[in-house]
Amino acid sequence: MFKFTQMTLSQLEVGETGIVKEFTDLEMSVKLMEMGCLPGEEVRVSRIAPLGDPIAIHVSGYQLSLRKFEASTIILQ
Amino acid sequence: MKADIRVALVGNPNTGKSTLFNALTGLNQKIGNFPGVTVDKKIGYSQLPDGRSAEIIDLPGTYSLYPKSRDESIVFSVLAEKATELTPDLVVVILDATNLKRNLLLYTQVADLKIPVIIALNMIDLAKKGGVVINIDLLAKKLGVPVIPISARKLDGIANLKAAISFANKFALQEGSIDVKAIAPDLIDSICKEIDTENPYFALQLAHQHETLKFLTPAQSDRIEELEKEHSFHSQKAQATETIARYNYINDVLYDTVKTPVTAQDESHSNKIDKVLTHRVFGFVIFMGILLFMFQSIFAWSAYPMSLIEDLFVLIQRGLRDALPTGPLTDLLIDGVVAGLSGVLVFIPQIAILFAFISILEDTGYMARVTFMMDKIMRKVGLNGKSVVPLIGGFACAVPSIMSTRTIENWKDRMITIMVTPLVACSARLPVYTLLIALVVPSRNVWWIFNLQGLALTGMYVLSLVSAVIVAWVMKFILKSRERGYFIMELPVYRMPRWNNVLFSMYERAKTFVLEAGKVIIAVSIILWVLSSYGPGDRFKNIETKYSQPQYAQSMKPHSLARVISTEKLENSYAGVLGHTIEPVIRPLGFDWKIGIALITSFAAREVFVGTMATIYSVDGDADRIDSVQQKMRNAKNPDGSPVFTLAVAFSLMMFYAFAMQCASTVAVVYRETKDWRWPATQFVYMTLLAYGAAFLVYNLLK
Repeated sequence: MFKFTQMTLSQLEVGETGIVKEFTDLEMSVKLMEMGCLPGEEVRVSRIAPLGDPIAIHVSGYQLSLRKFEASTIILQ
Repeated sequence: MKADIRVALVGNPNTGKSTLFNALTGLNQKIGNFPGVTVDKKIGYSQLPDGRSAEIIDLPGTYSLYPKSRDESIVFSVLAEKATELTPDLVVVILDATNLKRNLLLYTQVADLKIPVIIALNMIDLAKKGGVVINIDLLAKKLGVPVIPISARKLDGIANLKAAISFANKFALQEGSIDVKAIAPDLIDSICKEIDTENPYFALQLAHQHETLKFLTPAQSDRIEELEKEHSFHSQKAQATETIARYNYINDVLYDTVKTPVTAQDESHSNKIDKVLTHRVFGFVIFMGILLFMFQSIFAWSAYPMSLIEDLFVLIQRGLRDALPTGPLTDLLIDGVVAGLSGVLVFIPQIAILFAFISILEDTGYMARVTFMMDKIMRKVGLNGKSVVPLIGGFACAVPSIMSTRTIENWKDRMITIMVTPLVACSARLPVYTLLIALVVPSRNVWWIFNLQGLALTGMYVLSLVSAVIVAWVMKFILKSRERGYFIMELPVYRMPRWNNVLFSMYERAKTFVLEAGKVIIAVSIILWVLSSYGPGDRFKNIETKYSQPQYAQSMKPHSLARVISTEKLENSYAGVLGHTIEPVIRPLGFDWKIGIALITSFAAREVFVGTMATIYSVDGDADRIDSVQQKMRNAKNPDGSPVFTLAVAFSLMMFYAFAMQCASTVAVVYRETKDWRWPATQFVYMTLLAYGAAFLVYNLLK
């Protein structure tokens, strides 16, 4: 099935990396891209908050925190 | 002060912008508001090497000219509005050398507005240490602007930056970054004609932001709206296109100018700290530990300076009493003004210590981690991870904390945060608590290191947080949401706190407290003294006539006669009448009419309580004995001879102060931030009801 092949950022474990492909949410994508999270950019999950949400990712040379739901709008290659 | 050149400082958050501002201006700065909005405007003056002076404006930190919050929206309007008293001649964009890519986005936006620009490349020392190699000359050449490497913390390169400011061009010479017109060619052309500008990026920004810009006339704004419809302009799509184009340009610029190692050293260092501080168990333990340490220290470290200040005021009062002739004016000065003043100044140590802690926590980057750890819990109760900062700031003062809720983008989260922040035990409650706890809780150590008084205080603080969380949870179901919440936030690298900034913030906050709260407290003290020294009609005269009858002079010693007279006078004064009027309402809480007077005056500001107690009991007691407020309250007796301040009364009072909205400044700031009187009114009513209920409950449980 088509959707099983799509991996989102929220599915990555700590330490795993991926490359941003596209976004499912335009409003969110504008904010994420301003913060350096753009298509073609490598992202690495650096940690997950003690209660499982939000997560911290390494992108564009710094650490960005975002909620799991927000991460799920980022589709990886 | 008139300056020769006006310079605006622009940059991302966490780039050391305030440190640079302090380095450029020293203590020569003032804080005000931007016209029409309540955003802090910091302006300072700097002497340039060529003898001219520069006025430096510190603009709020932002990642982009597209604002996410009210603070950020100031940046574009200051830069774009022509010929005002704030329009800069030159913009210094401060960039973090360890993270150039994301920092350059804002630079390219500012550069495209075609205002003369200089780049201050900050933290160049940290970048070098982390193995980042920057070809500064090539970078400057490619961008077409001067690039000055600096380290604001170490004050390196500040002189070069000042020189660059004095040599700066009057005209913008930077290279254009992206083809702005390609984003919306027809619309940009039409707006350029409409507004009479030649700058396509200015026109595009107007298309995005015209609804919130104050410098456009309504007619202009409506016209832009029409044009947008005509050319079917989609704001978010246009922003996305622009951001991608900008990052393409930035990648081109950085390709041969910056070499970054695979992981910057600084970052991995930060990572190690994070493993401990955001650990699933230790993370919370450490956070609780830090809070406990904070409150223990506030109590312990301030004790000595506070008693010094108190003693000093007792000396001053005694000296004045001896030096001045007796009379109502001397009484007003000593029992009204000086007693009130000592009530204010005595809290300086506590407030300074509290603000030192808060600015250290923010400066090191720890506050961002607390936000990160707490977001999930906070969301459950209807708040947002970002609500943690105003809530913790609420320990200091609700007023700046409520202003700091502007960083919360979501309307509902922000409103709930504003509604519950005043429940958090602010520093104005601290004097009330310390005074009452010292009265009824013994100073004894339990479990090795915990002082019983410190524990009682910590308990009051924990209670305040718990009540804020419960009220927020209830409000989550009452308020209807208008938009979605976000939590896209930078986790800055851990840094050592800048001790200069910490000291500066201690000084600044203590000064604001003394000036702002001081005015209210002294005014209230004077009014209170008048109200308690004079009575309606000829009641006072009647008392004097009554006690001048010979049988009183025969049966009583002059000493106790004077006391009886002054007590009866206080009871019949305006204040006494007022206190007696509300006594039936507060009797179930264990309060008498004297405490009633304190409750009424405290609705101006909570810390007035202590001053009021001082004034009431100095009027009440003998004039020759000058005790500290605490002694006066300890000696206070009910008519039947039992002490007034029992455990039940003290804790009932503390409950009342914990919940009641007794702060005129908070009411005002909530109105200013929400622009609707219904918010502060609702807040006032719900908090006062809570206060009454809690005090009633506690009094009856402990009685």
